[in-house]
Amino acid sequence: MVSRAARLYITVVVLVAVALVDRTLMHTNTPPLFWGDLVILQLLFLVCDSTPAPLVSRQTKWSPSSAATLAAVVLLGPFAAALVGAVSVVSIKRQLVLPERLFNGAMNALSGLVAGETYAALHGHVGLPGRGDFPAIILPFAAAAAAHVLANQALIWGVYQLSGGRQMLRREALESSLPLLLVSDLGYAALGLMIASLWSVIDAFAAVLVLIPLFVARWAMGQFAEQQRAYSATMKALCQAVETKDYYTRGHGDRVSLGAVMIARQIGMGADRTEAIKFAGMLHDVGKLGVPTKVLQKTGKLTEDEFAAIQLHPMRGLEIVREIGFLNEALAGIMHHHEWIDGTGYPMGFAGREIPEFARIIAVADAFDSMTSTRSYRAAKSISDAVEELRKGMNTQFDPQIVRAFIGALERQGWPLPDRAPEPADLATVTVQDHDDPTAPLRVVET
Amino acid sequence: MAGSTLTSQRAPDRWSSWQALDSGRLLLMSMAAMLVVAAFATTTIEVGNIHMRPALAFGGFIAFGELLRLALPGGREAAPIAMVGGLSYALLLTLPGRGGVPTAQDQSALLVIAVAAVGMAVGALPHVAAGRDAGLTGMCTRLIAIACVAFAFRPAVTNFLMPGHVSSLFKSGYVALGLITPLVLLGWLVDTVISALIRADDVRARFSVAIADEVRVQWPLGAAVGASVLITVLGAEIMGLYELAIFLGPLLVTQVAFRRYAGIRATYLQTVRSLARVTEVAGYVEGGHSNRVSWLAVAVGRELGMPEKELLKVEYAALMHDIGQLSLRDPIPGGATVQVSPADQARIAELGADVIADAGVLDDVAELVRCQSWPAIGHDPAPPLGSMIIRVANAFDDMVGASTDRERSQAALQCMRANPIEYNTRVVGALSEVAGRRLAWRL
Repeated sequence: MVSRAARLYITVVVLVAVALVDRTLMHTNTPPLFWGDLVILQLLFLVCDSTPAPLVSRQTKWSPSSAATLAAVVLLGPFAAALVGAVSVVSIKRQLVLPERLFNGAMNALSGLVAGETYAALHGHVGLPGRGDFPAIILPFAAAAAAHVLANQALIWGVYQLSGGRQMLRREALESSLPLLLVSDLGYAALGLMIASLWSVIDAFAAVLVLIPLFVARWAMGQFAEQQRAYSATMKALCQAVETKDYYTRGHGDRVSLGAVMIARQIGMGADRTEAIKFAGMLHDVGKLGVPTKVLQKTGKLTEDEFAAIQLHPMRGLEIVREIGFLNEALAGIMHHHEWIDGTGYPMGFAGREIPEFARIIAVADAFDSMTSTRSYRAAKSISDAVEELRKGMNTQFDPQIVRAFIGALERQGWPLPDRAPEPADLATVTVQDHDDPTAPLRVVET
Repeated sequence: MAGSTLTSQRAPDRWSSWQALDSGRLLLMSMAAMLVVAAFATTTIEVGNIHMRPALAFGGFIAFGELLRLALPGGREAAPIAMVGGLSYALLLTLPGRGGVPTAQDQSALLVIAVAAVGMAVGALPHVAAGRDAGLTGMCTRLIAIACVAFAFRPAVTNFLMPGHVSSLFKSGYVALGLITPLVLLGWLVDTVISALIRADDVRARFSVAIADEVRVQWPLGAAVGASVLITVLGAEIMGLYELAIFLGPLLVTQVAFRRYAGIRATYLQTVRSLARVTEVAGYVEGGHSNRVSWLAVAVGRELGMPEKELLKVEYAALMHDIGQLSLRDPIPGGATVQVSPADQARIAELGADVIADAGVLDDVAELVRCQSWPAIGHDPAPPLGSMIIRVANAFDDMVGASTDRERSQAALQCMRANPIEYNTRVVGALSEVAGRRLAWRL
């Protein structure tokens, strides 16, 4: 829900918006045909605003409604732009609660007003643009568009700063996709000027014409989000299929993926890289399939050959996922997730900064999940014990910076402990030694 | 999507690129070449009359659009921004910056073609320099579509609608809109039909199926391009050439949205393809088995006239048809499911389908995998066509493998023909076509 500070903030924003719009109304002479055009632009705004497209993730949605506001800036002036923005109070997004609606309305009205005043201050011509207005109109319009975006983002930023919980997640998602959001906003803002110009040729039909490409773009964004969701789900299912080979490691890939994403967010990684590390975490152990089951299940000490087979699993994993169009970083993460920071890991024996960042992150999440899960030879460790082990491994096995980031993220978000493993089912098999467990290194026959 | 598998595996690299051209492509290219030659011959004679600023602006716009090509599902390539530039230039009502001189009187269709051709060539250069495909087929298709529109536009304005009163026609934007809209549709139609013809030839699909697939894939982008052309043409009346710079913003953002969509689709398929190989790495099946089965299944499905949407499901199902084996304690010797008992086959299929159904988004694919062990005749309910195809393709690959031996593949086909209860006769018939072709390529 909305916190108290946020409530106060919203009230202030709404009051300021009402006061400013009212003041502007006093000083505005409404041109002829004002109300008819205004209603059409408001409808355009409402249609865009009610069908936002998911951007990057489902938490951040984006709609090109600012084009309608900016068209109003050119055609009808600041007051009308504010009124166009204000209709987001009645937006048809169902899940919105009243304070959110009020805030959205006030925010969009204020940004419309700011854009309109900027345009007027730079002597932009208000009214139907004619041939003579170009190119003089472009500069004031660009300034208005920039002002609109800035005002919008500043007001949203305020609300996310003041509220916690659910909003926190949204804020993080928003921050990671901010560049894309800004570029999209500025790109579509240009449509405002196109709408205004077309208005001179085909009146209000301009709004309909512009809606077509907008909806197609929205469709493509929706398809992207849908495909991305399908992709994640499929990947998850396939990883689970891989894990059925080994009962105790079920859900391991999923949790390592979660841990890696937590670290990535904590150190402020961008949206695309976070997405890539999510998949790298999920797939990091896929190469274990290439290790013969009898080696994985062996109770006694391993021979040199068997140990070599286990050490090869990151390479096997790479072999499987190499052709996936990932970021190369994800591949490097899978390949090197068993390197130690002191250079004693495998397969390459890299040390320190030689180890790719993705691999250093996955290594921490991997070891942590292994320790907090039940194994056939020991019970699961508590979170605090496992954290202690991670601290011990700083500068030998783990990158201290990453460990600190992980501990920070743990304190903020907590950790979903795996379910206590019930008895293994028929088809499943059990690993007796866990190659991921830093507290119980693999035992190899001395030669 | 399904098409990309084919193109990646079939191209016989021993042929020179010239010999690899089929007659349809050759016809298309010679038509385009003739147009370009005619256009240059005429425009060089009248070079003094060309309005350079619009020509340069639109030519540059087209070049930029050609530089930013877009991969669409199914290994298709589009250049939506170049198309917007070309069609708009063909349909300009009055020349921007000339005080409203009507283009239909003052700018020939051949000039439009010359400008579009130069723009495209310039835009394609960086692709060639970077070692990518020049995309000649796509450019020729676009050029012909633009040419059709440019040629149809001029008589439509000067003779058909209002002889002698061209300039008064455009007093009302709505009349112009009514005139341009059908022409934009014509351009889209030409583009789609040519693309479908080429594609039908490429992947050996029926034309009726190919055109339906083409329309399904192209219409969202086509609608966006069409509306953008209308906006550009009408907007140029007020904004002049500045419009091109302003409109580039929204067009680019839209293109980015499409690019991201196409990108994730491609990654999705690559991922399924790679992860389907875990059964191979784990030693459950022979190397390359899933890829070969999916290749065969898609080719057979296409032979039987399945639309692309269904083919994609068949491809996914074929790639993952053995995933159920991961739940087995020990690999089946040699991994060939054709040799295990029907009950075990059904269990593997069942387990695999459960894995896929877990994803929650591939239920149709899971169904195809589940039914792959059902016999063609005598099972109630009857297995879906996709499952019968996978069963046949799987059995064929289990018996023949990567071998290109003609006798061996004939024997396998014979063996399946003799068993119409297990293997659907129509599917086996289609497979023998496909297998015959596969052998021909490898000779």
